[in-house]
Amino acid sequence: MKFRNVVTYLPAFAKGYIRNPLGLFFALVFPVILILIFGSVFASSGSSPVPLTVQNLDHNSATSVAFLSALNATGAVSLSFVSPSAGNLSSYLKANSLSAGLVIPDGFASDVANRTPVDLTVYTNPAAGAEAGIVEGAVAGAANAMNLRLAGGSEVVTPEFETVGGPLYKYIDYLVPGLIGFSVLVSPMFSMVNISSTWKRDKLFRQLSLTPLTRAEWLTATLLWYVSLACLSAVLMVLLGQALFGAHVTLTLLALPFLVVAPILFVSLGLLAGSVSTQPESAGVVGNIITFPMMFLSGTFFPVALFPSWLVPVAHVLPLFYVIDGLNSAMVYNNPTEVYTDLVIVVVVALVLAVAATRLFRWRED
Amino acid sequence: MSASVEVSRLVKSYGALRAVDGVDFDVRSGEVFSFLGPNGAGKTTTVEILEGLRRRTAGDVRVLGLDPWIDLARLRTRIGVTPQDFHFFPKLTPREGIRLYARLFERKVDEDELLALVQLSDKADDRYDTLSGGQHQKMGVALALVNDPELCFLDEPTTGLDPRARRAIWEVIRRLKGEGRTVFLTTHYLEEAQQLSDRISIINLGRIVATGSPDEIIRRFGRPERLRLVGESALADRLASLGLRVTRDDGAVEVELGSKADALQILETIRASGLKWESFSTRSDTLEDVFIRLVGRMENGSLPAEPEPEGGP
Repeated sequence: MKFRNVVTYLPAFAKGYIRNPLGLFFALVFPVILILIFGSVFASSGSSPVPLTVQNLDHNSATSVAFLSALNATGAVSLSFVSPSAGNLSSYLKANSLSAGLVIPDGFASDVANRTPVDLTVYTNPAAGAEAGIVEGAVAGAANAMNLRLAGGSEVVTPEFETVGGPLYKYIDYLVPGLIGFSVLVSPMFSMVNISSTWKRDKLFRQLSLTPLTRAEWLTATLLWYVSLACLSAVLMVLLGQALFGAHVTLTLLALPFLVVAPILFVSLGLLAGSVSTQPESAGVVGNIITFPMMFLSGTFFPVALFPSWLVPVAHVLPLFYVIDGLNSAMVYNNPTEVYTDLVIVVVVALVLAVAATRLFRWRED
Repeated sequence: MSASVEVSRLVKSYGALRAVDGVDFDVRSGEVFSFLGPNGAGKTTTVEILEGLRRRTAGDVRVLGLDPWIDLARLRTRIGVTPQDFHFFPKLTPREGIRLYARLFERKVDEDELLALVQLSDKADDRYDTLSGGQHQKMGVALALVNDPELCFLDEPTTGLDPRARRAIWEVIRRLKGEGRTVFLTTHYLEEAQQLSDRISIINLGRIVATGSPDEIIRRFGRPERLRLVGESALADRLASLGLRVTRDDGAVEVELGSKADALQILETIRASGLKWESFSTRSDTLEDVFIRLVGRMENGSLPAEPEPEGGP
């Protein structure tokens, strides 16, 4: 193999790619759009307190104010207040599209002082399941703490809440590696399916076989291009995630093998999909059948842990799952053991597909 | 004169189908050789075998002394190929294409001169996907010449070109011949083959049916010069009764001439007979006439007899 031929051909391939707006869109622009959309939509998940509207009918008694202070101190909710004159809180919440509310009843302080059971009414919206759980947990926790103090007790067992790995992880932290995986999948797959089928139809590979450029040199140049794109996409995603959404992701050397091996895997898969089809149209269909399930079922946009249990094994047979899992382990958790496990799987699959693609993908005809 | 291409008992089969069925021919160095045949005759298959793009089933093929399938790596630096229905990278320009090829072949090429040669200077920096079909073909010819080839395979290089552009490609072919290069040309334009070729082979149903210079092929397979008369139908009977070979063709009567002087004698006979005639002309077979007759002949897989004359000795 002549490296000179590789570096001669690479700029020509790159020009063809860059001058095709669709290719660049899927490689770089589309992932940026996705990170902006998903990052904005889920920016608050996992960190910001849930808004809770409070109607204190106990005339701001010292006991009710102390309870609300304790509730506010949990940090799980942010309190806003509505006047008793606003009427029924449920109606108020509905009229103002609010999803959580709390009513402190009239006589709350005296009932507490007399040890008379008193009910706090909590309104939640079942459609906002996670937020409802947070509100219910926070109010119950504050009430239990007040009950304990009234009983003269003190806390003996106290839970200490931490998130896995150390810092408080947010959705955006998982989204960044997911979108890098998305970019690494989509760009080579769509492009190679198109190239291998249309170039075959147009006899462009045969045209190239009449030049000194060999198949190995062509493939090397193509892989170099997609590895460069993957690295560029990774840098872009990390910088955007950090700058716009405060993502806790770092570009470590541990992530680099995935940015090299994954393009080899998906270039090979794209070549195979294009090679087995006789027409570009059918190749496109085959490519979509492979790409789209992988795109949505590999943990690209949501962690696989959130999938229903029957779907998880499906994710585990998709190579992109191990790419994203590996990137997560490298960029979010900094967990080399998990990285190596995922990397071994990705390398093996890439090798198998590369060998198959090399055997099936021919420039000349028997 | 040595041979640039030697083909002996070449066979290419696809399952039970023999697309090329025992073909023999050679192309002499420095000549323009045209390979003609109708669609599906085995022409492109044969050319692609010579170009090293397709593996043969049997037979022997030597191109510049090399086996094109086995030795393509060595051969491709010495041949130039414009494939039929040439395609290129859609987003690259002709100039960029020439530069890419020049770097790959490690040749110094004057891009402007090459582009001017194929009349593509005004489109030098336009992307391939914005060029017309004819401009694509011109670019294909330009790329085939980048590596300064000894032997050029030009597979229908003028298809889709306007007459001016076609003549420009003809000039390129003449120039290549003038420079001592060998040109292997396939074309659907028989006038083009007749004008440009030193020798021709005609293939049909996978077999060579004629090989030689255009004049040789016309002499061998064409009919003699004929006097063509338009007039009343009794003319044919009158001339046949004189022992002349007479055929009817599209309302006219054609009489084979042994020599030019025969025409004068026939016309005198007609004048003397008082039969009415409207016009006359003399006609010789062209390569196209011969091609159609040969290709038509082979439709049943064998050479039929000459057209049956109505009279004669």
